[in-house]
Formats: sequence, structure tokens, C-alpha cells
Amino acid sequence: MSSHPKVGERLASIKHVVLVLSGKGGVGKSSCTVQLALSLVNQGHRVGVLDIDLCGPSIPRMLGVESHQIHQASSGWVPVYADPDKRLSCMSIAFLLPSRDSSVVWRGPKKNAMIKLFLSDVYWGELDYLLIDTPPGTSDEHLAVVEYLQEWNPDGAVIITTPQAVALADVKKEINFCEKVGLPILGLVENMSGFVCPHCTECTNVFSTGGGEGLAKHMDISFLGRAPIDPNLVMLLEQEDKTLVPNVNEPKENEDAREKTASIVETYQRCELSKIFSVIAKHLEETLDEKATAS
Amino acid sequence: MAETVAAVAAVSPEQQQQQKQTPSASAFVGDRVPDNANEHCPGPESESAGKADGCAGCPNQEICASQAANAGPDPDIAVITERLSGVKHKILVLSGKGGVGKSTFTSQLAFALATDEDREVGVVDVDVCGPSIPTIMGCAREEVHASGGGWSPVFVRDNLGVMSIGFMLPDDDSAVIWRGPKKNGMIKQFLRDVDWGNGNSGGGDSPNLDYLIFDTPPGTSDEHLSVVQLLSGAGITGAVIVTTPQEVSLMDVRKEIDFCRKAKVPIIGVVENMSGFVCPGCHGQSKIFYPTTGGAKKMCTDLGIPLLGSIPLDPSIGRACDFGSSFLDTCAPESPAAKAYLDVIANIRKIIE
Repeated sequence: MSSHPKVGERLASIKHVVLVLSGKGGVGKSSCTVQLALSLVNQGHRVGVLDIDLCGPSIPRMLGVESHQIHQASSGWVPVYADPDKRLSCMSIAFLLPSRDSSVVWRGPKKNAMIKLFLSDVYWGELDYLLIDTPPGTSDEHLAVVEYLQEWNPDGAVIITTPQAVALADVKKEINFCEKVGLPILGLVENMSGFVCPHCTECTNVFSTGGGEGLAKHMDISFLGRAPIDPNLVMLLEQEDKTLVPNVNEPKENEDAREKTASIVETYQRCELSKIFSVIAKHLEETLDEKATAS
Repeated sequence: MAETVAAVAAVSPEQQQQQKQTPSASAFVGDRVPDNANEHCPGPESESAGKADGCAGCPNQEICASQAANAGPDPDIAVITERLSGVKHKILVLSGKGGVGKSTFTSQLAFALATDEDREVGVVDVDVCGPSIPTIMGCAREEVHASGGGWSPVFVRDNLGVMSIGFMLPDDDSAVIWRGPKKNGMIKQFLRDVDWGNGNSGGGDSPNLDYLIFDTPPGTSDEHLSVVQLLSGAGITGAVIVTTPQEVSLMDVRKEIDFCRKAKVPIIGVVENMSGFVCPGCHGQSKIFYPTTGGAKKMCTDLGIPLLGSIPLDPSIGRACDFGSSFLDTCAPESPAAKAYLDVIANIRKIIE
């Protein structure tokens, strides 16, 4: 007898469930989740993003759907779509807050209940990928999501880190957490690995470099790729209108003449980082296909 | 065969047996969550003990419900108040957003305050899942010892003591996979059982600390609620809130400010970290974390909170943290980041002293 049958019903129409974890805060879990989602959609897939960071939900702002509201249909809560073709959907507590400045000051049990609700009651429909963005740490939210998903065998976790030692220390703990709860690790991404000065093109390793790749090798984890800091990506995730192509080096007077696209999926393709994440997304797809063939 | 989630989160009887003089996180019995409690136990000392949804069916439900009804305020709060009565200034370093530099700022603030050898400074690392303070302050391999007076903090300078769960883990890679009640219990022990005076407090239990600085994890959850509740008797001087310039950070920081206002924690001010970058090659200035909505300056103006200062990105700050040294001791004195740090620290002292 399953302990969470409703979760199973929702997951039945979802091909792959991937958690995005770190352990360390501020390494770019949400921004990497969004980039992975945009890359997978660009490659023709239907992707859902579930934001279980209840205290600091960033996904709706990054996808440009912050002001949207969620609706309840007979089939469940309808997720919010970020693109006109409805291939990229998301769900977050941000849609439920009375105002964007309201804090969610909850202890563990209430957070667990919210996560269970998200997994049981959201009508995702047919998805190729459900990406789950998590808060930093190894606590209630992480235990809850693994517990509710466990019997339906989630595909695994992608780990995000920045290169420096302080981040790697927390990430090692997250890897230890995955091992303890039996969550396969699909790979590791080293984010914010170097910044190329736009004035002289010299690359400065603001948060050091190479640490993530070193850790992946040391712990025998697939190294998915290294992403440098790109202020245009930061701009894209920040700006409200996601159809404007960002260019931080453009003088302010030319802002109105900025190129427009049809959706955030296209705009992202104009960012340099989309090339790197396209490779990461393909690598993830191959890893998951191999696992499916092997089992 | 993978352990189940429940087994991972529980403390085995063998681990409890291993309790020694040296406090060990795995032998912790602080919040006394009974072994036979339901998985989502809110904690027998919680306000919802016996009444939460998670209590249904638990063998202890009746006991907890009756205890909660008859219970007065937590007696440990009085003990903590007494223990910390000699501390002049208690500062929380908060953010809401992860990775903005809370631990970095906490450590640099502590190092800077401790340069005056007549000042006594303590740092409590309340981030149970990701304790960075031992690495950043250069004491990662140290252990905590228990004596008659309580737990001894690790001293990185004669006048600078540090307490963190990082000192109690069996190895660096072990994850601390605890639900709220266990984290709360650990924090309570940090506040109640640490002897900051290290036996030098002139015979009394309360040490004469000038500053006790709390580094917190991101979010607005168990750890933050616990620290505020447990310090309700001792009082909090104020919170320093750290952010980076972009809206994604400010969104979470506004929630943290909302939390402070709800919990009646005074706000000393906001520090904007990673504010701009100066290329070491060509000295050209760039904005990496673009302040699309006006940065911390606009947020502070809108919310009527002091902006304590803006600290630029400097790769040597990250390097100093990785090697556990004080950035201000090792950097070039003309570095803009050093000047910014000193300005922010001076502003904090001006407000609270």
C-alpha cells in the first residue's frame, strides 16, 4: 500500500524527475534550474519547474511570471506557464503570498505539508522533465521531498557549486546526504567560474576556479560543465520583460532600441551561457537515457 | 540498500550511548524528541505539541497536549538570560538570501572588532547544515571541550572565541540531516551551555563579552525563530542584514526585514555586498550583480533603514575565507574593499555604541 498515492498519480505522466541541490546558498541553484529548463524546452521538451524554496522563492521572478496567479481546476492546481507555447510551467509558494515582501516564517511540519501539497495537487499534465529547485541546506525541505518522491524513484540530483573551498565544504555534505537517502547523483555543475572583464577580456577568477571539477573527480561524479559569470544572464533573470535581449554594455540611451523576441526561451538563446547549458542539458538527457536502458 | 529517510533523520541508540565529555552532534539529546515520536513531531516543547497534525496517533500525544496547556515559558530562557547577562552587544547577521556573504561579513566584523585587544568578542555559528565559520576563521580542525563551567569555545585569538556545530562533526563530509526540533535544541545548547568566559569571568557564570555575533543560515525558519525566542530575555542589540545589489537578493531580504519587524528585532542597517567589480588588470569597473531595481540604496530609502555601506567584489576576500585568514590583515591597505569594510564596521559601532 503506497503511503503517498496522490503523488504517484501526478508523477505517472512525468517522464523524468530531477532535483537541483547544493547545500551552499547563493551558488546559482535557481538560476541553473531555470537555464536547464530553458535549454530543455529549446530542445523540444515539455518542462515543469517546482520551486520548494518556501522562504526565498526566486523562480517566478526569474521566469517573468511573478505577477501571475494560480487557479484551481477540477484536475488540480494549474501551474503557471512562462512561454506562449505552454511548454514551460512552474509552481512556487510565491504565487500564494499576499504580497511579495511577506515572509514565510514556518517551522518544519508546515513546510513539509506545503511540499506534499505541491507534489500531490498540482496538475502538471504530460511532462518530459520536472525540475525541482531546492533551498540551501540538508533539512526539512530536502527530507520531505525525498520522502514523498522515494517510492516513485526520482531520477536523481544535479549538484550546483561555485569553485571555492567554503562552497565545496557544504556541497560535500549534500553529496553525503544524497548517498544516505539513496538519491542518485546525475552530475555536478561548477557555476560562477570566472568573470571575463568586458573592458579588457581578461578573465578573473572572482570565486576561484576548478574546485567543482576537482570535487567531481575526487568523488567520482560526472562533471557536467563549468559556467562563468555572465552579467547579461543576471540582467535577463532580473528584468521584468523577458522578451528584451539584455546587453549590459549598451549605453542607456539605446535601451528602447533593444532587440525583442517572442519569449524567454528565445531570449535566453541570445545569452552566451545558453551554449554551455545546451551541452549540460544534452549530457543530462544522455545520462537519463542510459539509466533507462540499463534498468 | 539505501537507508530510508526516517532512519537517516533518527538518532540511533548506539549513537546516544556514545555521549562523552567532548560534545558530539550525534549524541545530542537537547530537545528531547522521544524515540517513539511520530516522524513530523513538532517537538515536545513546541507550542503545538500534542495538537499539530503530525501528532495524530503518536503514543505521547496526550502527555504533550497536557504539558503544553500547563507549561509556562521555557525555563531555559531564564538560564540563557543569566548566562548572557554580561554580554554588552548581541548582533544577528541575517539575510534571507543565501550566498550573499553573511558568514564572510560576520568573520571580518569579528576579526576587526578583536584587533582591539581589550575587547572580548564571540561568534556563534547558528547555521547547522552549512557551518562555514570554522573554515573562514581558520579553525576548521578544532574540537569543543566540555568542562564544569560548560562548553569551551574555540579561541582563534586570545580575545576572539567561536562556537559552531562544525567543531562537533565526526568528519568534514558528514551531512547534518536534522529536522527543526533537533536544530533548535542544538542552538539552545549553544546559548545555554557555552562558557564564553573560559573560566576567566571572575567567578561568575556570565562572561564580560563586548560583542556576541550570530551568523545565521539563509531563510526565515526554525533557526531564526529559535534564536529570537531564546534571546527574548537577554535581548538582541540588533540585526545587520547583508544583501547583494540585484532584485533576486533584495526580494528575499525584504522578507527578512518583514520577519525582523514581526519578531520585533531592531535593525541596525543593511550592508550591500559584491557591489561592483574592479578588474585587477585594466581597473575597469563593471557591475556583475546589476542593481536593476536600485540596489540596496533604494530599498533602504523605501523602508527607512540605514544603509551601512557597499562592499565591492574582490577575489582576495574569497581567497582569505578559503584559507581562514582575516582579509583586513592580509589585503592591500589601499584596496577599495578594505576601505569599505572599515567604513561599514565604523558605522555599525557608531549606531550601537
